[in-house]
Amino acid sequence: MNTIDRLREKANQLRIDTLDMILEAGSGHIGGSFSIADIIASLYYDVMKITDDPHDEDRDRFVLSKGHANPILYAVLLDKGFVPKEAKGTLRKFGSPFQGHPDSSICPGIDCTTGSLGQGISVGVGMALGLKKLGKDSRVFVVAGDGELNEGLCWEAFMAASNFQLDNLAIIIDRNMLQLGGNTEDLMKLGDLKAKMTSFGFAVDEIDGHDIGLIVSTLGKTYPGSPHCIIANTIKGKGVSYMENDPSWHGRIPKGDEIAQAYKELGGIRHG
Amino acid sequence: MADKKATRHGFYDGLVSLARKHRDIYAVDADLGSATGSSIFQKEFPDRSVDVGIAEQNLVGISAGLARVGLVPFCSSMAVFVAGRGFEIIRNAVAYSRINVKIVGSHTGITAAGDGGSHQAIADLAAMRAIPNMVVLSPCDYIQAAKMAELMYAHQGPVYIRTSREPVEAVTRADDEIVLGKAQRLRDGKDICIIATGMMTVLAVEAARALHQEGIEAKVLNIHTIKPLDADAIRKAVLSCNGRVVVCEEANMFGGLSEGVASVLVEEDGIRFARVAIEDRFGQSGATSVLLEAYGITTENIVRKARSVMQR
Repeated sequence: MNTIDRLREKANQLRIDTLDMILEAGSGHIGGSFSIADIIASLYYDVMKITDDPHDEDRDRFVLSKGHANPILYAVLLDKGFVPKEAKGTLRKFGSPFQGHPDSSICPGIDCTTGSLGQGISVGVGMALGLKKLGKDSRVFVVAGDGELNEGLCWEAFMAASNFQLDNLAIIIDRNMLQLGGNTEDLMKLGDLKAKMTSFGFAVDEIDGHDIGLIVSTLGKTYPGSPHCIIANTIKGKGVSYMENDPSWHGRIPKGDEIAQAYKELGGIRHG
Repeated sequence: MADKKATRHGFYDGLVSLARKHRDIYAVDADLGSATGSSIFQKEFPDRSVDVGIAEQNLVGISAGLARVGLVPFCSSMAVFVAGRGFEIIRNAVAYSRINVKIVGSHTGITAAGDGGSHQAIADLAAMRAIPNMVVLSPCDYIQAAKMAELMYAHQGPVYIRTSREPVEAVTRADDEIVLGKAQRLRDGKDICIIATGMMTVLAVEAARALHQEGIEAKVLNIHTIKPLDADAIRKAVLSCNGRVVVCEEANMFGGLSEGVASVLVEEDGIRFARVAIEDRFGQSGATSVLLEAYGITTENIVRKARSVMQR
């Protein structure tokens, strides 16, 4: 199996594991988890420099700034063995390392606590700056939502990223065009996001966020002296036809026949 | 009279000395280094200074990132902005996961006099006290502020320190031992206990001297650590003064030291309590002496409250 097929398979398995966990929990964010599944698989199984030690000082760092999509990240942590398999059924339950939004203090493999939108970008900028100050060549990858960019803090952080010439920082924007209340362009329009990010001093690449070959090659690029922004055009709920592009699947849970259909379309069986 | 110096300068003088020994100490600012006192750090350690511009949310977020890769950032701004605008970033990006960020809030109370109420921090103690995992410090004079840099560095986890721009005389000595979370007794007395923090401790010591002239012996307890509050020492000190206590803070009466002390004492019998604090109103512009008088932040007011407690 070539790399692209292997990553595609991984991404699909992450979606299936995510569905398992969210069904068990009875709540969670499927739509925004599925839209970034291909990006997460590309990062964790190809692009990022990581080892078996989730605390390795020389590792690349990952920040899920759209923290509500954490089940897809928890699926990776389970697969990598950073968190014991038994944790799988504990999402959002009392005492679980898998909190409703990621908490680095109790979940190995989480590089940054997130959940409050906008903050992961700012902290990611600080991590990239700190790694440079320490003379490390590690990179920092941040996945942010497009709706998240409503937060003013994001733009403070973007200004700082280019001001400090953080070419070890990649901001991946999950451009699925939907936020909780509807279409991003109806609710609070982002307009020409590529022009905005360019004007904030980023080297910007716009890609199909489900084209794994393109994700891998684009995330492999760095631009000396500039932070990198990847606008990943994605489909919220990608992988399950009735969820795709429907904002109600931001936080809805499948029931009855919907469950069987979801597993069928993802080509997996319910594990959990 | 001894030299008067501000805690904002004491703290950064202490931090600069400490930073000569520890290369992981960084200063992070939001274009107010000249106001908070941080500019002397920037001068000596330009490579370990970061200025994020006028952006206090990002000030805290970037500091959290620096801490996450192993550095020890001390981020500063006027307390109104860092503890106010930065509040939710402090809560979620710093305190929630116990990230090792040190926060310096300057220009506290109403002694940021000329700038007016928009710049006078009166709710920072309440806000920072309300966050789990947070340690809250409030030094009384230049000497104590300088020593707190080391306390903050030695503590693993988030710490907020409240500094002031008002120069005050020293009431502590360089060889006084200060321990995080322990109240500091500055004067012994058996009639009434004056509990104070920050600049108010200096006024409390003056008030105790004045009361002595009237034959009232006041114990003075300096609370340099607002959280964790030294409940045992407070309880013992007040009970040893027949339950008579005056609490003094240059902060709003809600959520700060006086409510903290009241909650420690509420289960004790025979408590006679008064406080000198800002009485739930915003500050305003004015000469410092005029403002302090108008808001009752004076030695005379402490003496008056102490006398009335003595009569209860």
